[in-house]
Amino acid sequence: MMRDQKLWTWHLAAGVVILVFLGMHMTVMHLDKIVHFAGLNPAGGHPIDWQNVIARGKIGAFAVTYVVLLGAALFHGLYGLRNILLELDPARWLKRAISVVLLVGGIGLFVLGTWAAIAGFSLAKAM
Amino acid sequence: MSAKNLTEVTYRIRRFNPERDSAPHWEEYGIPYSAGMTVLDGLWKVKEMRAPDLAWRSSCRMGVCGSCGMLINGKARLACNTQVTELGGDTVVVAPLPNFDIVRDLVPELAPMFDTHRALMPYVVREDMQEQEHPTGEFWQSAHELEQYLQFSYCIKCGCCMAACPTYATDALYSGPMPLGQAHRYNSDTRDGGFTARKQVLAREAGPWRCHYAGECSRVCPKGVDPAKAIQLMKRELVLDYLRLHKQHRPATVAKKATETKRREGIPEPPAPTV
Repeated sequence: MMRDQKLWTWHLAAGVVILVFLGMHMTVMHLDKIVHFAGLNPAGGHPIDWQNVIARGKIGAFAVTYVVLLGAALFHGLYGLRNILLELDPARWLKRAISVVLLVGGIGLFVLGTWAAIAGFSLAKAM
Repeated sequence: MSAKNLTEVTYRIRRFNPERDSAPHWEEYGIPYSAGMTVLDGLWKVKEMRAPDLAWRSSCRMGVCGSCGMLINGKARLACNTQVTELGGDTVVVAPLPNFDIVRDLVPELAPMFDTHRALMPYVVREDMQEQEHPTGEFWQSAHELEQYLQFSYCIKCGCCMAACPTYATDALYSGPMPLGQAHRYNSDTRDGGFTARKQVLAREAGPWRCHYAGECSRVCPKGVDPAKAIQLMKRELVLDYLRLHKQHRPATVAKKATETKRREGIPEPPAPTV
C-alpha cells in the first residue's frame, strides 16, 4: 500500500469524522434552543452554565467524542498543513524535518488534549 | 473591432533566442488581415514578411496534432484553432505555453511532461502479450464501457492544460493534468489490466492528491476533455482501492468473430464484394 494513498484516505475519513462530531458539538452548544438532547443540558439555561458543563462532563461517551474529534481534527489539519508546506518544494532534509515536527507536535497536542478530557471527566465525576 | 473593418493585425510576440538573448522580450509586427485568418496563419505571415527567424511548433493546421499550443491573449489555446476575430481586437498577443522551459521563441520544452506521461504507462497493459503482439481478434467492449473513458481519449497532448494549471505552476512534484488524465483514461478502459502497475506511480506523492481542483485544465482544453474530472475519479478509485472496495475488472477477452456466432433469422445476406 502506498503511503500517500493511505494518508489521503485517512485525511478524507478524518474530514467525515469532523463533520459528524463537530456537527454534534455545534448542535449541543449552539442549537440547544432548537434541538434538545436529554441529559446534555439538564439545568436549562445556557449550555456553558456550570451545572450543564458538569452534567456533560460526567458522561464518559461525551469525553470519548472529544478525544475522537481532537484526533481527527489534528490529523486532518496537520496533514493539510504538511501538504501546503511540501508544495513549496523544500529540500529533502527540510521535508523530513517538517514531517517529523508536525508528527511530534500532533502527538504532543493529542496527548495533552486527551489528558485534559480524561481529567475533566474525572473531576466532574468527583463532584 | 468587427471583422469587416479589420485590415491590419498587430502581433505582439514574446521572443527568446537562448543563443542571443539573456531574457525573453516582446516584439510587435503589423501584418495584413485576411478573412478567416487563424492565429497560426498570422504567425506564418509574420515569418514570411517580418521575422524569418521566428520559431514555433505546428503541423496539422486542424486542431488534431496538438503541436501549436500557445498562450494567446492570456489563454492557452491552439493557434490553428483560434480565429483572429474571435479574440475581439486588432492585437494578438502570443507567448509560449507557461509552466514549461522555453526552447526558443514560442517553442516550449515538453519533454518533462512526456516523461511523466510515459511513466504512467499510457497504453493498454495486459498479461497476454502474445495476443497483443499477434492479435487474433478485437477485445470485446460494450458501448457503455467505451463511454467511461471516451472523452479522455480525445486528448491530443498539446499541453494547454499543463500551462493553465496553477498547481503545476507552483508545485514541482505534481504530475499535472495531462499525464494523470491519461492514466485514468487507461485505468477505466475495460481492455486494460494495468491499474496495479500504474498505482506504483499514482499512489505516491506525485499522484492526484496534489490537485487543488482549480478546474482551469478543463476550461482551456481545446478538445473539450475534462482532466479535472479524471483526476477526481482517480482519487476515488485509489481511495476505494485502499479500502479494498475497488472493483478490479478482468481485462476484456477477445470478441467472437462473426463467423463463430449464429446468424439471426430474417436478416438478408450482404451483397457480394464488387472488388
